[in-house]
Amino acid sequence: TRHSASLATKVFIQRDYSEGTVCRFQTKFPSELDSRIERTLLEDTVKTLNTYYAEAEKMGGQSYMEGCLACATAYIIFLCMETHYEKVLKKISGYIQEQNEKIYAPRGLLLTDPIERGMRVMEVSVFEDRGSSGSSLSSSATSGGSAQR
Amino acid sequence: MLHLGVAEPMRDCEYSQISTRSSTPMETPFKKRTPKRRKWQAFPGRNKFYCDGRIMMARQTGVFYLTLVLILVTSGLFFSFDCPFLSVKLTPAIPVIGGVLFVFVLGTLFRTSFSDPGVLPRATPDEAADLEKQITNCSSSGYRPPPRTKEVVINGQTVKLKYCFTCKIFRPPRASHCSLCDNCVDRFDHHCPWVGNCVGKRNYRFFYLFILSLSFLTIFIFAFVITHVILRSHQEGFLSALKNSPASVLEVVVCFFSVWSIVGLSGFHTYLISSNQTTNEDIKGSWSSKRGKDNYNPYSYGNIFTNCCAALCGPLPPSLINRRGFVESDTSQPTPPTNGITMYGSTQSQSHMAAATPLMQTETVILTNEGSLPGRTSLGGPCSGALPLGGQPTPPTSNPNLSSDSDMLPLRKDHIDGLHHHHTDGGHHPFLTPEEAPSPPGMLPCGSPVGHSHTVQGFYNPASQDSLHEDSVRGLVKLSSV
Repeated sequence: TRHSASLATKVFIQRDYSEGTVCRFQTKFPSELDSRIERTLLEDTVKTLNTYYAEAEKMGGQSYMEGCLACATAYIIFLCMETHYEKVLKKISGYIQEQNEKIYAPRGLLLTDPIERGMRVMEVSVFEDRGSSGSSLSSSATSGGSAQR
Repeated sequence: MLHLGVAEPMRDCEYSQISTRSSTPMETPFKKRTPKRRKWQAFPGRNKFYCDGRIMMARQTGVFYLTLVLILVTSGLFFSFDCPFLSVKLTPAIPVIGGVLFVFVLGTLFRTSFSDPGVLPRATPDEAADLEKQITNCSSSGYRPPPRTKEVVINGQTVKLKYCFTCKIFRPPRASHCSLCDNCVDRFDHHCPWVGNCVGKRNYRFFYLFILSLSFLTIFIFAFVITHVILRSHQEGFLSALKNSPASVLEVVVCFFSVWSIVGLSGFHTYLISSNQTTNEDIKGSWSSKRGKDNYNPYSYGNIFTNCCAALCGPLPPSLINRRGFVESDTSQPTPPTNGITMYGSTQSQSHMAAATPLMQTETVILTNEGSLPGRTSLGGPCSGALPLGGQPTPPTSNPNLSSDSDMLPLRKDHIDGLHHHHTDGGHHPFLTPEEAPSPPGMLPCGSPVGHSHTVQGFYNPASQDSLHEDSVRGLVKLSSV
C-alpha cells in the first residue's frame, strides 16, 4: 500500500484581543477543520494553551520578585536563569508536541507552536491523504488546488 | 536581550512514528561544511546587528554614540577632577554613589539600546495569503467595514486594529510600525535616536530606568560640581577656583542643559507609566477625555501602583525574532526573489503549495531516476559563497539545505522526504520542482562539499519504493512542523 500525503492547506487561528494585549487565541472553531477534527478537541487545546499563556504573563508575587531581583542584579541573573515566561513557553511547546502526537497527527493535522509564528497565529497544517488505501491519515477530499497561489 | 533559545526549530530524527516535534534538539550525523546563515542576517527590517546577532540596534546610531560620549566624558571628568577634592573635603561616599549611578546608567543604556524592543516578525507568506483572502471575502459581503482595519472591544473600549502593509499583519493593540526601523513593534512607545533603538514592550523598563538614573546622575554631578567650585572659591577665590578646575565648567554646562530635558523626560514617562499609556497614545490623545466623555484607557489597571509595577516589574516576554537561530524556517524569508533559482524561494505559499503537488509528480521522477539524483545534488552543491545574488535577504536556496541547516540533515537522513522538506519548507528548492529541474545554471558548484553529495548519493540508491513513500509521508508531515 502506498501512503503519501501532501500539505493541502493551512488554517490559521488568530489572536483574540478582546481581553487586551495578553496572549490569547480565538477559541472559535475554524470551519475548514469541520471534517477533520472534533470541535471539542481543538477547542480544548486552544483553551489549555490560553491558560498557559495567561500563566506566563501573570503579574503576581512571583513575577514581581523575579523582576525586582533581576533589576537588582542588573539583569545579569538572566544569563544563568530562565525567566518565568520562558519556562512556561517550554511547557507549552512540550504540550503542543504531545497534542500533535496524540491527537492531531493521527488526523492528518499539525499544530505549529505560535512562538514560531511570532505569537500572531496558531497554524494548523492540514494534510491531504493522496494514497490509495490503508492510509493512516484520514482521507479527505480537500483539494490542494485552493491552496495554490 | 539574549535570545534564550525559545523558538529554535530543531528537528528530531525519529522515524518510527510520525515525528511532529518542532522544538527538540537533534544530533546531526553530518559535519556542516558550509556556514549556516543566522536569521539576523536575513532580517527584513532596517536594523543593524552586532556580535553575531546578539546586539540589535536601529540603523542610525550616530546620536547613540553622542549620548555615550557625553555620559562618559562628563562622568570621567567628574571622577577625575572633582571627586578627589570632594572625597577628601566632604566624604568618600560621593565617588562611590556616583560610581554606582554611573554603572547603572550605562547598564540600562546598553540594555535599552541593544535589545529587541519587541519587534513583531513579519507574516509568513501563507499567513499573508490567508489574511488577504479573509479581507476580500469580508468586503464582498453586504456590510462593508473599511478593509484593512478590524475592530476589537477591549475592556469596554472599541479599539481599531490596523493592517500593516509592510509586515502583512493586523497589528495587535498598542503595536505600531516604526518607519525608521521598518518593523512593527509591540507596545510601541517611540523611536529614540539617543539610544539608537525603538522603545517598545521589551525595553521600555530599561529605557525608563535609564532616564531616571541619568536624571539622578546629572543632578548629582551638577550639585557636587557646584559644591566643589564653591568650596574651592572659599579657599582661593572664585576665578582661580575656576582656573584650577576647568573641567568643572564643562561639566556644569553639560549638566545644566541635560537636566532640563532629562528630568523633564523622566517626569513625563513617570506620568505615562502611572497611567499605562505609551508616548504614541499620549501624543495622539487616544485615551484623552477630550475625545469623548466615555473615552478611557482600557489597559490601565485602575491604580498607579499596579500600573507602575506592571510596567517595571512585570514579566519580560522573550524576543519573538529568533536572531541567532539558523535560517531554514519560513518566518524570516518573506523577501522577493533575487535570482532565477530562488523564484520559489520568496513566497512561502508558493513554495509550499507549488511544491506540494509537484512533489507527487517529482517523487516518481526521483524514484525512477535515481541515477540522475546524485548529479543533481552535486549541481545543487552548496554555493553558499558563490551566489551573492541580491545579497542580504536571500534565502540560501543555493544550498540544498543539506548543508545549510543542520536541523534539516538528520531529517533527510535518507531520502527524498528530506529534500522535499527542505524545498517546501524554507522555500528552498533545490531542484525538485519541474520548473527548476532544467535550470541548474546558477547552481554550479563552487567548492561545493562534494562529500556532501556523496552521502546523499548513498542514501538514495538502495531505497525501496514503498519505504520511500512511507518516509516521504513522514517527511511531509515534518515539513510543516516548521
